[in-house]
Amino acid sequence: MLESVDLACVRGDRPLFSELNFSIQSGDLLHLKGHNGSGKTSLLRILSGLMLQADGEVRWNGENIRKLRDEFQKELLYIGHLPGIKGDLTALENLRVNNALSGHTISEDLAWNALGRIGLKGREDLPARVLSQGQQRRVALSRMLVSNAKLWILDEPFTALDVKAVAMLQKVLEEHVKKGGMIILTTHQEFSVENIDVRMLHLGLSENKV
Amino acid sequence: MIAVFRWLIWREFSLALRRKAEVLTALLFFVIVVSLFPLGIGPEIDTLREIAPGVLWVAALLASMLSLNRLFADDYIDGTLEQLIISSQPLALLVFGKILIHWVLTGLPLVLISPILGMQLGMDADSIIILMLTLLIGTPVLSLIGAVGAGLTLGVRGGGVLLSLLILPLYIPVLIFGAGAVESAQAGLGVEAHFSLLSAFLTGSLILAPLGAAAALRISLD
Repeated sequence: MLESVDLACVRGDRPLFSELNFSIQSGDLLHLKGHNGSGKTSLLRILSGLMLQADGEVRWNGENIRKLRDEFQKELLYIGHLPGIKGDLTALENLRVNNALSGHTISEDLAWNALGRIGLKGREDLPARVLSQGQQRRVALSRMLVSNAKLWILDEPFTALDVKAVAMLQKVLEEHVKKGGMIILTTHQEFSVENIDVRMLHLGLSENKV
Repeated sequence: MIAVFRWLIWREFSLALRRKAEVLTALLFFVIVVSLFPLGIGPEIDTLREIAPGVLWVAALLASMLSLNRLFADDYIDGTLEQLIISSQPLALLVFGKILIHWVLTGLPLVLISPILGMQLGMDADSIIILMLTLLIGTPVLSLIGAVGAGLTLGVRGGGVLLSLLILPLYIPVLIFGAGAVESAQAGLGVEAHFSLLSAFLTGSLILAPLGAAAALRISLD
């Protein structure tokens, strides 16, 4: 279970949010909403332990993630705006090396299958720099298919993807939630996952009312 | 953990081999700078021999600094660094791997080419061996200390200048004892004291620098 306890975030001199409390359990999908600059990415970075909050704490199974560190990070898959793809490595190498560096090595077959499934069949051996924006995004997202992390934190996962890829991605999200995983994501696109209650969290609402 | 370390080393090497020009920059810089001195000062071999330790060491120091800001910059821009920070493996270990490869690709070539440059400046065989040994111990210290600076100045505008200001003072002891050892060898004096100190620098920075650089990266990405 991931809990946000009285979280507050300040960027520059501007407070983005404060006293933010919520929690998500196994089998939850949380859709984080808010206008541009409302602190969605900041919140995701705080939840994944990349950024330090101004106040409050993030708890994983009741313990502060800053204390747990490795134990929490083992359970975490974070895919941010930046794809983390090296143009000089092939799609397959990118996937395998990124997985290994996050602490979980995968076999070549598994990586090959994942890339095929995400629609990069026949392009596994091409250097990532010759792939299009959307294809590079797919390489980054293919980590979801091989991940055994419980908590997925996805910042705008649907950006630059075509309709088919979005549909495919929704299926992957659905499977993960059904297996008892947890997902927190932001997106400005409409999306639907079958048989799952998508919980919403609106950031910056109080500010909007003023 | 060992598997992860192996992947990291494989990755750094493959990336470097697919962009050879960038790797060769430091080496070329070293060779060019040292080769300019005989042209500027004139061909008196006694003068050249006298200034050789200082010239070679200063050139090596600048060459290794030249490649420093690339150490984390690429990973920072494309987001790999974020992933390293939230990796379940210790960040200090991953950083150590990166520094190690960085030294093998930029520092070690300087050590290997230094005998030729030493001969060019008229050094004798014994001093050249001492020169190589000091560079072998000294250049890893430069990479290690430099990594902390590179981590701290990551993403800062004008980071290159700031990096030099930050780490040059820390390089000075290495320069003094590195060049000093070679000068002593040329004068026929003992070099043990110099080597003890250089080794102490290496041991200290081997332990502290990866931790420092890891902390610096966490701050830079906050």
